[in-house]
Amino acid sequence: MTRTIHLSLDINGRRHELDVEPRVTLLDALREHLALTGTKKGCDQGQCGACTCHVDGKRVLSCLTLAAQVEGREITTIEGITGENGDLHPVQAAFIEHDAFQCGYCTPGQIMSAVACIREGHAGSDEEIREYMSGNLCRCGAYNSIVAAVREAAQATVKEKMEVA
Amino acid sequence: MRDFSYLRATSADDAQKAALQAGAVLLAGGTTLLDLAKCGVTEPETVVDITHLSSLDGIAVDEGGATIGALARMSEVADHREIKAAFPAVSESLSLAASAQLRNMATMGGNLLQRTRCSYFREPGVFAACNKRNPGSGCSAIGGVTRNHAILGTSDACIATYPGDLAVALVAFDATVEIGSRRVPVDDFFLLPGNTPDRETVLEKGDIITAISIPASAAARNSTYLKVRDRQSYEFAAASAAVGLEFEADGRTVRDIRVALGGVATKPWRARAVEQALVGKALDAETVEKASSLAMEGAVSQGGNHYKIELAPRVITRAIEQLGLKVGGLA
Repeated sequence: MTRTIHLSLDINGRRHELDVEPRVTLLDALREHLALTGTKKGCDQGQCGACTCHVDGKRVLSCLTLAAQVEGREITTIEGITGENGDLHPVQAAFIEHDAFQCGYCTPGQIMSAVACIREGHAGSDEEIREYMSGNLCRCGAYNSIVAAVREAAQATVKEKMEVA
Repeated sequence: MRDFSYLRATSADDAQKAALQAGAVLLAGGTTLLDLAKCGVTEPETVVDITHLSSLDGIAVDEGGATIGALARMSEVADHREIKAAFPAVSESLSLAASAQLRNMATMGGNLLQRTRCSYFREPGVFAACNKRNPGSGCSAIGGVTRNHAILGTSDACIATYPGDLAVALVAFDATVEIGSRRVPVDDFFLLPGNTPDRETVLEKGDIITAISIPASAAARNSTYLKVRDRQSYEFAAASAAVGLEFEADGRTVRDIRVALGGVATKPWRARAVEQALVGKALDAETVEKASSLAMEGAVSQGGNHYKIELAPRVITRAIEQLGLKVGGLA
């Protein structure tokens, strides 16, 4: 007999109700139950980073997170980072500017990881960016452009903070 | 992944009762449990989620040492200002492990309990024989591809490497694991495989790690974690060393030195022979190199992992030299 449990998940500022088997991961809940297919399934075992989302503002792998575990937490996916008018997030804009992808499959995970990486203060140099983005693999090998995009977005964020201050 | 039922613990008592049920396993960060459930290595009937317990995630550091709650995340401990100052090797062992995402998920207690990366262990569908998974079934790794397998602490039943970094730093600095009111030194917490490689720690059913404590020491304050691997980042250690060093007042004679190895042994490996050879000595390149080689006494190579016998002492030597140069005691 298949058991299901009822969950209320807060995703991108909206409450979603769903009934799923307890073994359903956050990744499968997003993609298969809530039609939020921006989050990608790569390896499905915590090795590639394609499924990166934010839980309470921190980047995590949704393939190794049970949906049931994150009830009551604030979940953000790639669909939730654009501005109110649909403006691209500065990291998204930087990825386009630097052509930081080829096939694009790893890109949502790269962008979610980069947004958090900059917020954590771990984007201070190319070396630091490489180290703190190492959990996101790109099999097309767009790494140089990804580092350039993260560097530019990080510098723009610092500049913006200084101007606000 | 086989279906299971999900139970969210609301108190530590709750969690302990639930964990005593047959087929129940605890869920913290989930990075090992869900991975192994997907591989078919673990087939829990009930998953007991302890991540909503708020009392187990504190980090407290004072003159006597640090007490770190079992549910503190790797990233929080790695970036903790006082941990970085008093136990740099512990902080480094955490930040050099896994990826930023996994470090935000994985907990300190769960990190200790991560399972081996032995490919034969992780593929039950392909390799039926594994004494760790299925006691008495044999070992597929012996005679197989052994590049990542252990050279120290092995037995005829199992040569699987303990993959973690944190526990290597902890064992170097005499940390203890708190299991409720019980306190077990990290060195005793992990078991050698012997004839029972399925038993990896002293934990009994229903036991919950509540905290890890690390006593302060001068050696811990002057410490480093050096990790050598097949790629620059996001990889398990080919060989790693946690080293801590304290000099006498003359600034060059070793008063206290701690050395532990990762990536080469079946459990976090304290290299006491290296330590004993260096206490009371003034460090120079030859003395350090000679002492480092003592860590390989009793090492058994399987062929594919033979390189580790040469690599591991070099990692120790380099870590001691880096540290010695930093504090100014290396001739």
